[in-house]
Amino acid sequence: MSESDSRATWAASASLAGGISTEVERGRDELAALLAITLNVNGRLWHLEVDTRTSLLDALREHLRLTGTKKGCDHGQCGACTVLVNGRRINSCLALAVMHEDDEIVTIEGLGEPGDLHPVQAAFVECDGFQCGYCTPGQICSAVGMLTEVAAGWPSHVTADVSSRQITLSGEEIRERMSGNICRCAAYPNIVAAIRVIAQGAPE
Amino acid sequence: MRSFTYERATDAQAAVAAVSRPGAKFISGGTNLLDLMKLDIEQPGHLVDISRLPLRDIEELPDGGLRIGAQATNSDVAADPRVRTRYPVLSQALVSGASGQLRNKASTGGNLLQRTRCPYFYDTAAGCNKRNPGSGCSAIGGFNRIHAILGASDSCIATHPSDMAVAMTALQARIELLDADQSVRRVVITDFYRLPGETPHIETVLRPGEMITSVVLPPPPPGRQLYRKVRDRASYEFALVSVAAIVSAGQETIDEARVAFGGVAHQPWRSVEAEAALTGRPATMATYRAAAEAAMRDAVGQGHNDFKIELAKRTLCRTLAQLAWGAEEAR
Repeated sequence: MSESDSRATWAASASLAGGISTEVERGRDELAALLAITLNVNGRLWHLEVDTRTSLLDALREHLRLTGTKKGCDHGQCGACTVLVNGRRINSCLALAVMHEDDEIVTIEGLGEPGDLHPVQAAFVECDGFQCGYCTPGQICSAVGMLTEVAAGWPSHVTADVSSRQITLSGEEIRERMSGNICRCAAYPNIVAAIRVIAQGAPE
Repeated sequence: MRSFTYERATDAQAAVAAVSRPGAKFISGGTNLLDLMKLDIEQPGHLVDISRLPLRDIEELPDGGLRIGAQATNSDVAADPRVRTRYPVLSQALVSGASGQLRNKASTGGNLLQRTRCPYFYDTAAGCNKRNPGSGCSAIGGFNRIHAILGASDSCIATHPSDMAVAMTALQARIELLDADQSVRRVVITDFYRLPGETPHIETVLRPGEMITSVVLPPPPPGRQLYRKVRDRASYEFALVSVAAIVSAGQETIDEARVAFGGVAHQPWRSVEAEAALTGRPATMATYRAAAEAAMRDAVGQGHNDFKIELAKRTLCRTLAQLAWGAEEAR
């Protein structure tokens, strides 16, 4: 898909999504509280009307048609829905869309696309860091957020001295820091390998 | 999930005013509340979003302590250089809990107020005095491997799930509260939580509408600090038992000790009995074992969780040994 094509698709799905949300939610649940909000997703502003109950995950998937972000458990246990909010990784299933106006949200679609992959996406392809692929968008968004945390010197549970700002991203550190992302195919060895490729290639 | 109306509070005074309407609740990180709302366990009719209040800072206090804003995320607190160097037990406790994604969202105030992970609390078909007062306790006589061994009652044997609060208990943190009438008060964390008694649905001394604005850490006590957590998985799991310990030892004897347990009671459990058994005694395994016996003197198992009593004793001994001799020698 060319860049202009994808932009046209985004615009179409946004207007379509607005219409659907109003009709379905008002029709089925008269008590629903609707709010008009603006979300900044992947550098674009999206105007949508949502039921206050809408999770950020459902807003992305059902309203904006950004279906790269996956719904796994919907309870913050599996990490498939991981997105970046203001550069930090969060579970979008445990976030209300109405609470994330004015935030910069980045999904897997915003990290890169075929022909222009983000380095972490490329490393997952290179290292075969998946099998079925369902958890992969969450794994990649989580890894991108995690690498930022390491660069900032954040400690983890396996960091021997939490007062040290120098983090060596060993396999043990990667496993601990990525424990919020479950892979039911158990592609873990190659997921860790992909992240190691990025970590070792990164400047000090 | 039940329908609710939503508003974003602009300042703390407006927030406590807004939450005074019936059925209203504060929401901050939402990592626990939204989960419970999806399961119909929490059913607020109105949410007051306090996540954007200017209560995110961690500031130095003149006495050498720190004030942590209630909206500071668990990640912010764990990574703060002052917390990491002066209160490492708190940083260790925080990074031992949840996942990276959840710590980025969960707030300090919300962590203190998170609900138990007792499976019967989550099962709306089961009796649970905490969820539905008067409906009984299905955990007593049920599957109770993760449940309390100290301070439980005939009404409830649930545990408090927080790691952070256990470290804060060892540090004797003070919780700052803003009431709906705009008055301010401070409560020491050991007075903040309530034991279940006959009213397990009332978990803290918070008044209706009262909001946590910050947590004050007194100047770090002398000595070395350590948080140790024992659980069924290596990561991303609640504690079966955890220990936060702070020990100051001279050449001959232990001068001062602070001990708090997690995973054993309805609240983070400070053990003044263990502290007394350590103070003035030589730093030996015999002393640690005596402290562990003192800490668990009143412990009662429920059947499946009987193992926790010995596990808590050994976890305390191991934690104290590691503080005295280092991780390798403690093995």
